[in-house]
Amino acid sequence: MEALDGNAIAGPLFEHFGAEMTTTIGACGHCGTRAQVAELVVYMRAPGTVVRCRHCGNVVMVLVRIRGEVRVDSSAFRMEQAPGES
Amino acid sequence: MLGEPGRVMPPVSRGFRGRRSEHVEAGRVPPGQYVTPDFPVLSAGPTPHTPLQEWSFTVGGAVDEPVSWTWEEFIALPAETVTVDIHCVTKWSKLGTAWKGVSVDTLLDAVQTEAEYLTAWSDRDYTTNLTLDDVTGGKAWVAHEYDGAPLQPEHGGPARLLIPHLYFWKSAKWVRGLTLTSDDEPGFWETYGYHNHGDPWLEQRYQGD
Amino acid sequence: MARAAISGRLTWRLGRVVELVDETPRCKSLVLELPDWQGHRAGQHVDVRLTAEDGYQAERSYSIASAPEDEQLVLTVERLEDGEVSPYLTDQLRPGDELELRGPIGGYFVWESSQGGPLLMVAGGSGVVPFRAMLRDWAAGAREVPARLLYSSRTLEDVIYREEFERVAEEGADVQLTLTRQWPADWQGHRGRVDRDLLAEVSWPPHQRPLVYICGPTAFVEAVAEALVDAGHEPGRIKTERFGPTGT
Repeated sequence: MEALDGNAIAGPLFEHFGAEMTTTIGACGHCGTRAQVAELVVYMRAPGTVVRCRHCGNVVMVLVRIRGEVRVDSSAFRMEQAPGES
Repeated sequence: MLGEPGRVMPPVSRGFRGRRSEHVEAGRVPPGQYVTPDFPVLSAGPTPHTPLQEWSFTVGGAVDEPVSWTWEEFIALPAETVTVDIHCVTKWSKLGTAWKGVSVDTLLDAVQTEAEYLTAWSDRDYTTNLTLDDVTGGKAWVAHEYDGAPLQPEHGGPARLLIPHLYFWKSAKWVRGLTLTSDDEPGFWETYGYHNHGDPWLEQRYQGD
Repeated sequence: MARAAISGRLTWRLGRVVELVDETPRCKSLVLELPDWQGHRAGQHVDVRLTAEDGYQAERSYSIASAPEDEQLVLTVERLEDGEVSPYLTDQLRPGDELELRGPIGGYFVWESSQGGPLLMVAGGSGVVPFRAMLRDWAAGAREVPARLLYSSRTLEDVIYREEFERVAEEGADVQLTLTRQWPADWQGHRGRVDRDLLAEVSWPPHQRPLVYICGPTAFVEAVAEALVDAGHEPGRIKTERFGPTGT
């Protein structure tokens, strides 16, 4: 299954952050490469969704849907804007 | 999802069934599961392709002496063919899947340990945690064949864990070793809220289930 | 893990199917009526959710094919052979049925005339859907920038919106098709895959700084983006949207 990009998780990210996130810029916590969320590599067919840096391949975000709620760990994606700002 | 306090049933899409089989004997699949004839590929990253000459499997951690096998050594170990049902936490189950692999009992026999837990680890930093009890007594294998043929990379080849009595995320693909631990250390999905144990018959999908 | 702290505006709502339009043997457009639809920007998508009687759910995203100026919301769905959602949408839905969806979603893969151009759209198969919205929006506006679509399809029969694209071409957009598997003997369009040579032929040169949008299967999008960057186009002026598997 090929990877998608951050456009594919726009809905779940909106659910979690309460704002449109695809144009949010952040730096990869592993290699520092900056990218918009839409440009990240997204693997959706797992128990959760794993988002990776396009440059180094390391995980920058993980989304899980548990009991109907979207939880997001974006600690490895250092966002340069607050959600909703871009 | 349904059954949760405060959640309203969404409108039903007339005639929608999804990709599911009709007829399954009662009790054959765990609660909340749907049978599929397919074998969906669920992946959290690109498929690793470790060349066999570089591949090794290691049992280490809280053991007297860690042990490693090269691919040739691993393939020479006694292997069993088993046919099992598998259950994914995303709700699909596949019945009667045929595998060939080395029993984890065989691998653990090579070390001495008093640890009660272990972490299985794979290429690309994937981990999942298990109890010794879950992987001993003929309950777990490191499988290298599926359906009579070498296990394909997209399904975890050259070798993956096979622990059919737990949700399939515990059957780590591209497995490279077992690290014995004195404490239960949540692995990748467990850290994000999936259940530490993962018994599908008790529907242990998420922490707190 | 962080829990949702804010409640946003993106709620599930019901649309009513007004009409189903056969576009190609594999693609159908769903014309929907949604009360209180607040409008959208060309390039955005909706998430569609299906629920079975026992509560089983499946969700997929579909690009909006209609322009912001259009009265009704249109989605175009390609029926995937082993799909779970698309065969339901193309084969089972009837006018009068309700469809649960949320949106519009997306702030990255959007184009409005205020963003300028020249506007180059490169589509692989059903990746052309958001470009229908963009071209309709472009045609309804002042057309201050040139708009060009390079659309790759397996056969002529698989080309979605063919007549409509012929009309928008008469209005000054440049629509170029390339067929990759089979073409008529007298075919005047391009033949073969979108590659560096075809892109060099079709695209404005890098110094004209076109705004480029690429949509389709992942492999297609990445090959086209890489070719354009290699040819000297600025990565910052190239936007990509990767779809899952497509048959066209």
